[in-house]
Amino acid sequence: MSAVISKPLVAPVESAKEPGNFLTHTSGFLSWALTLDHKRIGLMYLVGVMSSFLLGGVLALVVRAHLFYADGAFLTLKQYNQIFTLHGAVMVFLFIIPSVPAALGNFLLPIMLGAKDVAFPRLNLSSFYLWVGGAIFFLVAMLTTGLDTGWTFYTPYSLETTGPVVLATMGVFILGFSSIFTGLNFIVTINTMRPPGMTWFRMPLLLWAIYSTSIIQVLATPVLGITMLLLMAERFLGIGIFDPKLNGDPVTYQHFFWFYSHPAVYIMILPAMGIISELMSVHSHKGIFGYRMIAYSSVAIALFGFLVWGHHMFTSGMANVTTIVFSALTFTVSIPSAIKVFNWLFTMYKGTVSLTTPMLYALSFMFLFTIGGLTGLPLGALSIDRHFHDTYFVVAHFHYVMMGGTLVAFLGGIFHWWPKMVGKMYNELGGQISAGIVFVGFNLTFLPQFVLGTRGMPRRYATYVPEFEFLHQLSTYGAFLLGIGLFVALGVLINSLFRGKKAPTNPWGGATLEWVCSSPPPHDNFSKPPVVGDPYDFRGLEYDAREGGYVRRK
Amino acid sequence: MSDITIPTSEHADDHSHDHPAWLAHHFDDAEQQFDSGKLGMWLFLVTEVLFFSGMFVAYALFRSLHPEVFVYASQFLNAKLGAINTGVLLFSSLTMAWAVRAAQLSQQKILVSMLAMTLSCAAMFLGVKAVEYTHKWDLGLLPAGMYITQGVAEPNHGNWLQILCIPAAVFAVIFAGWYLFALVGRNRFQLQIAGPLLVASLCFFAGVQLGVFLESGESHGDAHGSGHGATHGDHHEGAGDHAAHAIIVDHMVATSIPGQAFPSEVFVDPKRVGIDEPEINQRGRAGIFFGIYYMMTGIHAVHILGGMGVITWLIVKAARHEFHSKYFGPVDNVGLYWHLVDFIWIFLFPLLYLIR
Amino acid sequence: MRQLFLNLNELVFSLRTVEIMFFLIADQNKTFWFPEQASTFAPEVDWFFLAVTYISLAFFVLIVGFMVYFMYAYRERPGYRGSPEALHNNALEIGWTVVPTIIAVWIFYRGTIGFLDMMTIPADTRDVQVVAKKWAWSFGYPNGVIDNELHLVVNEPAKMIMRSDDVLHSLFVPAFRAKCDVVPGRYATMWFEPTKTGTYDLFCSEYCGDQHSKMGAKVVVHTKEEYDAWFTKMQIPPSDPVEYGKLLYAKTMGCASCHSIDGAKIVGPSFKGTWGGEVALAVGGTVPFDENYVRESVLNPQAKARAGYEKASLMPSYQGRLKEEQISALIAYMKSLKSE
Repeated sequence: MSAVISKPLVAPVESAKEPGNFLTHTSGFLSWALTLDHKRIGLMYLVGVMSSFLLGGVLALVVRAHLFYADGAFLTLKQYNQIFTLHGAVMVFLFIIPSVPAALGNFLLPIMLGAKDVAFPRLNLSSFYLWVGGAIFFLVAMLTTGLDTGWTFYTPYSLETTGPVVLATMGVFILGFSSIFTGLNFIVTINTMRPPGMTWFRMPLLLWAIYSTSIIQVLATPVLGITMLLLMAERFLGIGIFDPKLNGDPVTYQHFFWFYSHPAVYIMILPAMGIISELMSVHSHKGIFGYRMIAYSSVAIALFGFLVWGHHMFTSGMANVTTIVFSALTFTVSIPSAIKVFNWLFTMYKGTVSLTTPMLYALSFMFLFTIGGLTGLPLGALSIDRHFHDTYFVVAHFHYVMMGGTLVAFLGGIFHWWPKMVGKMYNELGGQISAGIVFVGFNLTFLPQFVLGTRGMPRRYATYVPEFEFLHQLSTYGAFLLGIGLFVALGVLINSLFRGKKAPTNPWGGATLEWVCSSPPPHDNFSKPPVVGDPYDFRGLEYDAREGGYVRRK
Repeated sequence: MSDITIPTSEHADDHSHDHPAWLAHHFDDAEQQFDSGKLGMWLFLVTEVLFFSGMFVAYALFRSLHPEVFVYASQFLNAKLGAINTGVLLFSSLTMAWAVRAAQLSQQKILVSMLAMTLSCAAMFLGVKAVEYTHKWDLGLLPAGMYITQGVAEPNHGNWLQILCIPAAVFAVIFAGWYLFALVGRNRFQLQIAGPLLVASLCFFAGVQLGVFLESGESHGDAHGSGHGATHGDHHEGAGDHAAHAIIVDHMVATSIPGQAFPSEVFVDPKRVGIDEPEINQRGRAGIFFGIYYMMTGIHAVHILGGMGVITWLIVKAARHEFHSKYFGPVDNVGLYWHLVDFIWIFLFPLLYLIR
Repeated sequence: MRQLFLNLNELVFSLRTVEIMFFLIADQNKTFWFPEQASTFAPEVDWFFLAVTYISLAFFVLIVGFMVYFMYAYRERPGYRGSPEALHNNALEIGWTVVPTIIAVWIFYRGTIGFLDMMTIPADTRDVQVVAKKWAWSFGYPNGVIDNELHLVVNEPAKMIMRSDDVLHSLFVPAFRAKCDVVPGRYATMWFEPTKTGTYDLFCSEYCGDQHSKMGAKVVVHTKEEYDAWFTKMQIPPSDPVEYGKLLYAKTMGCASCHSIDGAKIVGPSFKGTWGGEVALAVGGTVPFDENYVRESVLNPQAKARAGYEKASLMPSYQGRLKEEQISALIAYMKSLKSE
């Protein structure tokens, strides 16, 4: 039986005419639930992370609605604490960290690389189920009994509170393994599965970004694992190292936690940067400006990202020298990020810019991420941070990076690769409108929060002094507008599944390998080994009205 | 052709020359598959090292802050037990390395027996560990939250060792039954699996016996230390001799399991160890040392358990003749993992036991 | 080499001019960005933030300007074809690496200088013992005077010696641009020098549980004379026990952060209308709410936890922190609540 199966793989010519794609390849629930196909696993992740995002987003709206009035609109203080905790934890652990690498990365990485699958397909499936299991663990724990520690689980509060800290940290621990295995799989795939001709510097920049991300996932996440384990042991047994009642030190916990969680910030933003590299170049129909600089800066960010965790603790009473060193290192990370922004900008220079939906999201990213990055400068400066630390300035800053950066890039990426993933084109105007609403709504939500922060509004407050009310209300209006924009985007995508035109092989004129295989791709990605060229060589790619997409003319 | 391409196709039994069964379909050749597996394993080991590094950092931090606590508390650890366990693990690394070599040379019998030896050493390690732990629980040498000030409060004695022996005894009984069943049925394949598992579960009791013996040596005071050293040596040499141990231990299991406590006088009397430092002998001081001690050795023991699981899996595959000179990646990778677990213990032993 | 040095010198000099310029822009009063400047730290933080913001704004305008221009100039349109050659430009790439680096170094340098000023505590300070607990601040002054407001003298540096009785807290006075975490198990110290009399907000800025957002206090900056008058008054407790009890309840001991007098349930039970009645216990049964019950509950809160307040452990024991006459005063105050 399997002889029949393995034959076509070594004789690809035979199966070249094989009909069907990875969606229709086999059918039935089990063919999805037990699939080893990276594309199906990617799509399942996509559904999972989008559901988590929906949950996290609704919680965000609840938080914003509550903060409409200075005394709080409708939640008790405890409920508010539980909801902001749930919002943060769901967004960080269930949405942003797996969003680009696990969902889009799984789908795209082997195809862009020209491989048949990731190196360890079964490990890939088990990472997915670890993610599902961890997510269920985490959500059940949090929804049934209400965790109220904030997503950081700072001791000693997390040792005292009655919330389900052990269950939730167990969930985080499991999710961590999912993340480690995904990262490990990707590193091995990129190292060993590159087809002939795919040299390191012929890899699309998204792969460089995912590779850097994977390094962080593999190197940082185990430390989160042990931290969570120590926290559980602290609660269960009282091992004493984090509990001040037993002579332990809460600041040690913070060091442990941020040693993971700061690099985790780069797990969130690096793949988004990779997406932007692709979008800017494809939709400008021009090669990326300074390919090597972008590739190296991804790696540089990944490495520097490990050395700056202390800037989350500038006011916690670290020694002055330590604090200053962390401040200096923090500024080093800003440089590679700045380089990337300039490179993306000049990718448009003398290109042919088409303002498609993905491009609009990419341009939004440029705008929002620049704000997010630049507002990091005052936070890194020690004297200003004494005032800004733990205020809404920080909240606005990281939302500009995490949401204006990662989420917007993720949406752009989804619109960009949606035709490839499902084989349908969406309504372009609808997509453009969604990008516009998201952009306006986002700025309306978070720009006022910068001012709230400089005026001294502390974060994680369920109620606040009345003079902040106006800015909070602006922010709430913005949040609901943002919510509408996101629902429009979702509607456009879902609508395309039913009414969309059939997608051509290459709708945007991309030069990377995923645009060589049909939309959606066949089960084995490439029926014959792909010809690997420069991923940003757009010469000869021309629009063909009959095809509805781009074809390469020699 | 296309209607039967199920995704698990690489499980097939077929030995096609182009794409043999042991080569997964998405790999081009055996070399790529081997390299991928190896790189994956090394990366996994990196994550393991980082995982443990968190605890090493905690250790370094608290030791540098309170060196006197570590000096004081480590005297409660029995260096002899630590040393014997180090020996057992080193020996198991040797057998594991030999197993890898056997797989590369397609020496199927040696492969199975070397894996069995490794598994048995792991069980023995856990046996010794069980004695060590339960002894401390008896004395109230517990993590900070539960630490009982030594020599003041009366610790809470329990039959911890018996309780820990129950699962091992259950396993021993099951494997013995399986072994007999296979013997009667003349099923060579099952014998090859049940045999090693039975020996390993009995080796746990050998470890327990060894641990109890060494621990009881303490109560006679330091004067007899040299004499005991010789005795340990004998036992250590005998460690690989599974059959002999199996008989002794079988006997021991039969007599000791049903609720009969080990005589408590074999354990260290807390009043004999130096407890003259009331400043340190309390929850927030010595207790933190034990918190770190239990975390480090406990998680290490969990890794031993995991290793035993994968070695068992290897024994099953080896008994099925799946490994040969062209395909031995799993043995190689598990070997790497096992050496790492061993390596970590080599750090734990001096850091925890040999502070004085 | 010499030329380079001169250039650097000039650069440093011009940066200094820019600094002074921004210093002048930063207004002394409440601005769009900042609350009032009420400490010596505030002008430094404000001008520096504005400087960084304007530099950032320049970059931002540059980037977005180029972006919009490129969007327009190179838009896809019939008859236009971009030229795909411009993929690399060493001068440009080195430029946009070096310029941000120089700016980042300058921001780091200035920030660190300001930080070291904030961390260097002057020799002669007025010390205040700060205790943070869920969810109230208490400030201890000489002679055992305790208050729930922070009283300071204008133009005199004050040092906070802070500890936490339970979880992490953080003392934050926006008008002073000063903040420091209070970590349980160690003392934290911070200092500031108020420059303006008035009343300012003090927040807890490290998440500490249910009432985190209610854990505020007021900072009152006095002139020297006002402070002395206040301090003298605080040293003599009111002779009327009800008044004294009210003072203890509302200010000194901070009972009010958990027990209301209007019937609302904050954390612990309200004192309204309970005196003289019977209260249900968590373990079942009732006890009269009388002098002995109050005394026991203050000294050993866990002894007779009320139904609905099983976690009486939230309340610390006041054994040794309240004198007998203070307990009597509190009892008198509770009695008075009934008659109102």
